[in-house]
Amino acid sequence: MSCRYMPGSTAASSLFVSTAIEAQVAAINLQAPATSLARLEYDLHSMLLLVTGGIFLLVLAVMLYAIVRHRKSAGHAAKLFHENTTVEIIWTIIPLLILLLIAWPATQAVLNQKSTRGEELTIKITGYQWKWRYDYLDDNFGFMSHLATPAAAIAGTVAKPLNYLLEVDEPLVVPTGRKVRLLLTANDVIHSWWVPQLGIKQDAIPGFLRDAWFMVDRPGIYRGQCSELCGKDHGFMPIVVDARSPEDYEHWRAARLKQAAASADDPTRVWTLAALRERGEKVYGQNCIPCHQANGRGIPGSFPALDGSPVVNGDKAGHINIVLNGSQKNPAMQAWGKQLSDTDIAAVISYERNAWGNHTGQLVQPAEIRAARTGAAS
Amino acid sequence: MAIAGLAAVPQQSHRPHGWRRWLFATNHKDIGSLYLWFAFCMFLVGGVLALCIRAELFRPGLQFFQPELFNQLTTLHGLIMVFGAIMPAFTGLANWMLPLMIGAPDMAFARMNNWSFWLLPPAMALLLLSFVVPGGAAAAGWTLYAPLSVQLGMGMDLTIFAIHILGVSSIMGAINIVVTIINLRAPGMGMMKMPMFAWASLITAYLIIAVMPVLAGAVTMVLTDRHFGTHFFNAAGGGDPILYQHVFWFFGHPEVYIMALPAFGIVSQVIPTFARKPLFGYTSMVYATSSIGVLSFMVWAHHMFVTGMPATAQLFFMYATMLIAVPTGVKVFNWIATMWEGSMSFETPMLFAIGFILLFTIGGLSGVTLSVAAVDVQLHGSYYVVAHFHYVLVAGALFSLFSAVYYWFPKMTGKMYSERLGRLHFWWSLLWFNVTFFPMHFLGLAGMPRRIPDYALQFTQFNQIASVGAFMFGLGQLIFLVNILYSLRHGKTAAQQPWEGGNTLEWRLPTPAPYHSFSEAPQLDVAENGVVVAMQGGKHG
Repeated sequence: MSCRYMPGSTAASSLFVSTAIEAQVAAINLQAPATSLARLEYDLHSMLLLVTGGIFLLVLAVMLYAIVRHRKSAGHAAKLFHENTTVEIIWTIIPLLILLLIAWPATQAVLNQKSTRGEELTIKITGYQWKWRYDYLDDNFGFMSHLATPAAAIAGTVAKPLNYLLEVDEPLVVPTGRKVRLLLTANDVIHSWWVPQLGIKQDAIPGFLRDAWFMVDRPGIYRGQCSELCGKDHGFMPIVVDARSPEDYEHWRAARLKQAAASADDPTRVWTLAALRERGEKVYGQNCIPCHQANGRGIPGSFPALDGSPVVNGDKAGHINIVLNGSQKNPAMQAWGKQLSDTDIAAVISYERNAWGNHTGQLVQPAEIRAARTGAAS
Repeated sequence: MAIAGLAAVPQQSHRPHGWRRWLFATNHKDIGSLYLWFAFCMFLVGGVLALCIRAELFRPGLQFFQPELFNQLTTLHGLIMVFGAIMPAFTGLANWMLPLMIGAPDMAFARMNNWSFWLLPPAMALLLLSFVVPGGAAAAGWTLYAPLSVQLGMGMDLTIFAIHILGVSSIMGAINIVVTIINLRAPGMGMMKMPMFAWASLITAYLIIAVMPVLAGAVTMVLTDRHFGTHFFNAAGGGDPILYQHVFWFFGHPEVYIMALPAFGIVSQVIPTFARKPLFGYTSMVYATSSIGVLSFMVWAHHMFVTGMPATAQLFFMYATMLIAVPTGVKVFNWIATMWEGSMSFETPMLFAIGFILLFTIGGLSGVTLSVAAVDVQLHGSYYVVAHFHYVLVAGALFSLFSAVYYWFPKMTGKMYSERLGRLHFWWSLLWFNVTFFPMHFLGLAGMPRRIPDYALQFTQFNQIASVGAFMFGLGQLIFLVNILYSLRHGKTAAQQPWEGGNTLEWRLPTPAPYHSFSEAPQLDVAENGVVVAMQGGKHG
């Protein structure tokens, strides 16, 4: 079965222009498919729409005919017939046959979605509250991907950008024409990784691995969102996939590998307070702001304030412990030791101890975090 | 009709008066009224929560509610509508009408009946109270999926406790319905002659008894995971988050039919009355309803197609779900065959019943679309699902409830409702319901996830249309309230038989139905679907 898709979003060059146009027009159908799976789903849905729409119109027509003709005000007398086995068998068998016709392509499609073998690239996706992490298992590098829409745009104090809520700082980059296998899991609660144009929606479940696959037809930017309620900022953890031609992908990959080698932090480096604060502010912005807020005051009743907090202004060890290992009392406070490097944790703690109304003047070095980690392990 | 003269028999004098009449109520009619009023109040509360949601979604950006409060609103909207409005409303109708339709003096367990109702207000109070405890109300969606529900604050504990109480209430109410139907039918009212409403209530009651304990188990496991160190849903302790979903939906899917089967029963009474024609295929309706009841236990995992089940499981649940379309189709065809060659008139109950058939069919067909696992991958967790289940629950359950209340209002109160306001209520609801929920199909297809407080710009137009529709739909429900309150006082006195085609037992009673009816069972000659051919005796009071 073939079908025509909505115009736009075809060639890579015209991609940004066409998304701009699409954003203005309210779409009423599935997004234009960019993988064989998405096309399968699109065609199957079109077929179902025809079949179910036809059945509905038929039911409607018969009912309307009866309503118009067989009404008392039109002088129609009731014919008291009831029970007719032949009719009843017919209207049981025909829907069954229709369902059998649907079941055949539907089964094929399920089997196709599930065939994750023969992959050429494996990417592990981890859902966090409220961001995604992508790890390129073959190349041993990975990164976090956060919402890039500024808070001011959400609050409405500045204009909303074109891709409002559908933009990230670091998209997932994949090559076109190669079978990508995804391994999905989550760190805290269940998330779901959904990119409509790629035809994928797969739950990411903490403690378990699930897999899915796609092979993108053509270069482009494909956007999606988390689709399983995962707490406060469920609506603010978008997914952006940047599909590039194999050559472009190789360039990107080489650059990434080089960058990964260069930016590996020396865990023994001794930092100055200013440098740590600067880095810490960034780490705080990416990880802590959703709960503790930019002003450090938290959300009363749900998330405690850091500004003036006895933990932040007290003993360093207590502060390090709660950031590394999370809170027993309030499970929303995660164990960040599993997600952030020693340097990042040292930076964010140093930042918190010297931000807002906190003036401890103390800094925490990465080495202290490493010591705390090994202390916790032993 | 010997019975008409009985209207002159003085009403019972030994019933308590004032607040005692209600607090100590054991009369099925009083308890039925309590249930119906309570359900309507909860419908308004749940409706206000829905309007808060639609207000926030009128524009992109965060205007009125922060995300954590928004999640509480969606969660409590669902819980209150399901457990506070729809289920109690159907139980209330069953309480009021079942004894009258099968010739029983009252419900089988009158005192337990009192307790079943009076558990509801404290449970709902707990749910509403949870908005003001630290951390706010439960915010994990009405499905309360673990591990998210394990993370939440104290509001979640109140919700768990409320669900336990609601479950106890539902189970007691269901046992009462089963025992009443099995034991208290008047002589001549055989099982295969009962009104479809009695059949639907019976099967619903069995479903409730089977699955409410399952829900109680699921939330209890969440409770012990939260506070007592168990790890049912925590992989780090050997548990599995998906286990929660299996247990929840083993309750949750039959629950869908707990809210749909009584609606089928009501429509199967209303359509024959106003078509002045017997129900087309009574026997096949009974079997279709029963098989829907049985199948409802075998399809739960179609709510979990994107959790990563093996292909064989996906295929099994897909086929089983598609199969439900067959008995459901049989019912729709039956109603239409009943209308065919009838002599139809279109009073408000009939309008709502026809609206029900039309819109429920749309909900059923979008259900077939969702059942196809490969397509569900695109639609799961999107606004398409929101559209689908509101077609089934609002245009299905709620419309049938309106139909029932208008249908039996004269028998319950002795007054006629205002036909003019009733029709206005119907057309208003029909129009704005579709304005609200039809665009949600488009939103889901285009990629908007459900349960989000803010959305990307391309979803703006349809969200605005839906929000306008929701406010107008909500406003329209005040027409219903005004109609009821006005007609209770100033309505025209209703005839014993206000509907020409009403042939079931309740229409043989004086109007309004006496406080104690059938205290001596009548000897009945009954045709299918509870149609009374002849009746002897049957004393009141």
